[in-house]
Amino acid sequence: MIVSAPARRIRSERLPLVALVLAAVATAFFALPFIGLLWKAPWGDAWSILTSESALTALRLSLWCSLWATVFSVLFGVPLAWVLARLTFPGRGAVRALCTLSMVLPPVVAGVALFYALGRNGLVGQYLDEWFGITLPFTTAGVIVAQTFVAMPFLVLTVEAAFRQADTRFEDAARTLGASPWYVFRRITLPAIRPGLAAGAVLSWARALGEFGATITFAGNFPGRTQTMPLAIYLANETNPDEAIVLSLVLIAVSFGVLVALRDRYLGGTAPRAA
Amino acid sequence: MTLAATITCTLGSLDLSVELTAQPGEVVALLGPNGAGKTTVFRCLAGLLPIDAGRIELNGVLLDDPEAGVFVPPERRPVAVVFQDYLLFPNLTALENVAFGLRARGTNKTEARARAARWLDVVGLADHAQHRPQALSGGQAQRVALARALATEPRLLLLDEPLAALDAGTRGEVRRDLRRHLATFDGARLLVTHDPVDAFALADRVVIIEGGRVVQAGALADVTARPRSRYVADLVGVNLLTGTGHDGAITTAGGGTIVPAEPIEGPVLAMIQPHAVALYRSLPDGSPRNVWPSTVVDLDHEGERVRVRLAGPVPLVAEITAAALAALALRPGDPVWATVKATEIATYPA
Repeated sequence: MIVSAPARRIRSERLPLVALVLAAVATAFFALPFIGLLWKAPWGDAWSILTSESALTALRLSLWCSLWATVFSVLFGVPLAWVLARLTFPGRGAVRALCTLSMVLPPVVAGVALFYALGRNGLVGQYLDEWFGITLPFTTAGVIVAQTFVAMPFLVLTVEAAFRQADTRFEDAARTLGASPWYVFRRITLPAIRPGLAAGAVLSWARALGEFGATITFAGNFPGRTQTMPLAIYLANETNPDEAIVLSLVLIAVSFGVLVALRDRYLGGTAPRAA
Repeated sequence: MTLAATITCTLGSLDLSVELTAQPGEVVALLGPNGAGKTTVFRCLAGLLPIDAGRIELNGVLLDDPEAGVFVPPERRPVAVVFQDYLLFPNLTALENVAFGLRARGTNKTEARARAARWLDVVGLADHAQHRPQALSGGQAQRVALARALATEPRLLLLDEPLAALDAGTRGEVRRDLRRHLATFDGARLLVTHDPVDAFALADRVVIIEGGRVVQAGALADVTARPRSRYVADLVGVNLLTGTGHDGAITTAGGGTIVPAEPIEGPVLAMIQPHAVALYRSLPDGSPRNVWPSTVVDLDHEGERVRVRLAGPVPLVAEITAAALAALALRPGDPVWATVKATEIATYPA
């Protein structure tokens, strides 16, 4: 013990130094690309580029589609999260894996898969076309479908965790007071999971906003119809790098803001309880 | 008969099978050690847990009967619960908590709030209406929980360990308050507790549950005068010995012989008050019929009195004064003679 104690102290002094250097390299690795963008940014033309018709069109479309994708993610994702958190059934693990697969799947694979499922000749798509006259590929609705497909898992996982953390005894108490299951869900369960729901919605919105691969594969790249910000940036990078830089900075600012806001919400999630 | 319940229910390692009744206006305490199944009984009565077999009937209305295929969900039972830890909704004010049951049943907001305000007034918390549960003391939270339960006008009120969450300093006062508020309610009241003091202070009748079974039930005085299990004997603080009566004597499980004043043939329970046990350093010479060689296990000082736990053919707890202990100079491990007069031994059939 006497011999090993100083040895350990030396090692524990050396380790943080190595870790600090590595951490600094990692931070620089993340910061440098943004600094590069800021350095290259055409600051004098930034406003005119941002307010140009093509940029505004992409921005509007991105906001519109990503917000709808968030709405659908919440609408279907919350019940799905509830089922995964509260019901015990055989194959629950497999269902959860299936429903969150698109988080780790290359988005382009998701786009191809969506195409063969919902495309005009796809498994389900042919009937959508035949019976309802609905065509999804290469339409704005297709963008929303692609974005929902990759964004919803973020909401499902976050909300499922919130459901698991919520104390079900409060729901029991509400039932004994005469509340129907639906009333309990609205008045007791939903308020309890609200911080998780907000975090999940913001995360999935950010994911939808940045969606590229599935969108371009499933919905194509038509300005005003399916060309969202990431697609516009990709295209502009070849033809008009200044526009690509400015639009990139906008997306970076939004994403950064989201992460900072999320942190506040997580910290704030516990504070109001004392108030 | 307000409540008539026969509950059979298996939950994990608990195998519950109990029969319960409660009359209008009666306060019945379910008393038992942790894990005895008391809370499970409540969950069954409230409808939070369906029973496996048996039937639950309240005011002539069938609430749960698996055989008949009847199960009334909790929100449609006239049963209200004051939960352990009270479970006040943290996102609602005290007033909104009390109004919750009325709102859930479709009463409009103004009416529900007015009635909730009256209930808060009844429990003396009118000026805390706008406070969140976090801002209430334990005793206040309990009164809000009680008001919330009573506001739905139940026919059966269940109170699960209503005083367990309170610190010792406030318990006495809250217990008195609770007693007063319970008295104003005319339905049946069932109280779960592991604390005999609460049961004695609040209940007319006790039902002792151990290991999922009712081991004893009846008026408090009867139960404490004739404990039928080790658990009850410990609650009351008396010695309880089981044995077989034969020819005017009782042979205990440990091989000791007890001679009571009123012998009983066959399986028998013998109760001895700790203060009736006298201790001697040497074999006494006198009238007691019962003299047992014993060994001191440990000593427990309670003010001027000392409880001496003894091992031997008749294991006992003796209660002596501190002065007597000093005179005897007893220490754990010391041999000692324990004596009890035959007239101090109460016997009843096991």
